[in-house]
Amino acid sequence: MGKRVLLIEDEPNIIEAIGFILARDGWQVATHSEGTAAIEAIRRETPDVVILDVMLPGRSGFDILSEMRADTGLAHLPVLMLTAKGQVKEREAAERAGADRFMTKPFSNAEVLASVRELGGVT
Amino acid sequence: MPRSALTGTRIRERRMALGLKQADLARTAGISPAYLNLIEHNRRNVSEALLARLAGALAADPAALAEGAESALFEGLREAAAGATAAETPPESDRIEEFVGRFPGWAALLGARQARLAQLERTVETLSDRMAHDPHLSDSLHEVLSAAASVRSTAAILAETEDIDPAWRARFHANIHADSERLAEAAEALVAYLDASAEGETGLSSPQEELEAWLAAKGFHLAALERANPPDPDTVIAGAPELATTAARKLALAHAARYRADALALPLEPFRAALAEHGPDPARLAQVFGVGLPVVFRRLAALPADAGGRPAGLVACDGAGAITFRRPTPGFALPRFGAACPLWPLYQALSRPMAPLRAVVEIAGRGGGRFLAYAFCQPSHPQGFDGPQVLDAWMLILPEPGPAQPGDLAVGSSCRVCPREACAARREPSFLAAPD
Repeated sequence: MGKRVLLIEDEPNIIEAIGFILARDGWQVATHSEGTAAIEAIRRETPDVVILDVMLPGRSGFDILSEMRADTGLAHLPVLMLTAKGQVKEREAAERAGADRFMTKPFSNAEVLASVRELGGVT
Repeated sequence: MPRSALTGTRIRERRMALGLKQADLARTAGISPAYLNLIEHNRRNVSEALLARLAGALAADPAALAEGAESALFEGLREAAAGATAAETPPESDRIEEFVGRFPGWAALLGARQARLAQLERTVETLSDRMAHDPHLSDSLHEVLSAAASVRSTAAILAETEDIDPAWRARFHANIHADSERLAEAAEALVAYLDASAEGETGLSSPQEELEAWLAAKGFHLAALERANPPDPDTVIAGAPELATTAARKLALAHAARYRADALALPLEPFRAALAEHGPDPARLAQVFGVGLPVVFRRLAALPADAGGRPAGLVACDGAGAITFRRPTPGFALPRFGAACPLWPLYQALSRPMAPLRAVVEIAGRGGGRFLAYAFCQPSHPQGFDGPQVLDAWMLILPEPGPAQPGDLAVGSSCRVCPREACAARREPSFLAAPD
């Protein structure tokens, strides 16, 4: 397939599990585990889809997303946000910040895969 | 002139109104005339049984003679009325006395419901505050959800992937193992945390109330700690039914430690001797023993009941004005929640550390009385020059017999239920339009 996904998440075991699922589906998986250098990582890896965790060390996922949307080079990238809180407030904040999809932990592998495929335009 | 809130005085007034001699009333009630005289001059407390006999002999309602119970009830009813919303029919606040007199049962029920309501409101506020702002709770939940997400995702892979590489399988098993441990610990911590907090905050009383209930049961006098070789503080508080929560027990241990230090500085027998010689003059006693005023205040309020007379009231606050200790005395209402009257000598003293204050105060409203208040604020620097100044203010409350004088300081218990008009320090409107 050749599509690239960048997984920005600080939990190593979650990275391994999601990475495994996506790689099996044919994705090229890149990962980054903290917030301060996340924007650089996005520019460097040039993914087709970004999976972005809200709670990251150093910088919040909302912050990173807002910067992405303000950057002409990155604004077009589809983003799936992951969070451990599923309240309405968080969902609305994610939509306002410009997330395309929003998923709460614990998530189902099948749903993550389906969302990433949708966002990547894979049928 | 406000009517006296003191039982002895009311008994005397009633007796004289009926034209009865002390000797006759005493005989009817089964006590000596000398003892009745002490009672009438408020130098002895009256037991319920004796009060009932005296009331019978005086053809009066015991509740009408009793002090303290009434002022607390009136306070509670005023609070209930203050809480009435605009939409509800306003209560007839100028007829509280009539209501209590005609329907003592209903009045008591309403007062009790109000107390319970105030407690519940406070609990709810604390709980919802906690859910929104408690960082520990938030972190714990996040930890549980993250670990659960990892376990779920990894387990699904193992269950659903048919031809999984052995190395990957081993890796995922190890991951699940680690995350399950994490999940178990996080869940346990969460449960323990919620359990501990629930105990303290959704129980029937706050830890401070539990401490006060325990002390009240002991008459605020811890005889075990007066001895030359006292038992361990843990033993002193062990088995106390009032101290249900860990927080209350911690407060009680701290109180016991301070009590012991006070008892060492002012041993009971020499203190009582000095008291007999100099009277309850805190400054004099402090000088005689070479200790600070707060210790003397605390010892006066910790005297055993057999010393006779009315117990001294005592209230303490910290630098923020929050009340940290309460020994109530009948007729001087100490608010349970929220802030007290800013005119209390306690707060005047707080603003002038190290300057002792004495004032005769008159409590506003029905059931209020006249008192002699001593106040003193003790500053300390537990962390030395680099640390903050910590303030600890105390107010001793003694009864002051006699009619109101022009020099008396007019105070209340709390603005919302205080009937005083034209008070310079009023913080919020009272629901009462005119004084009682």
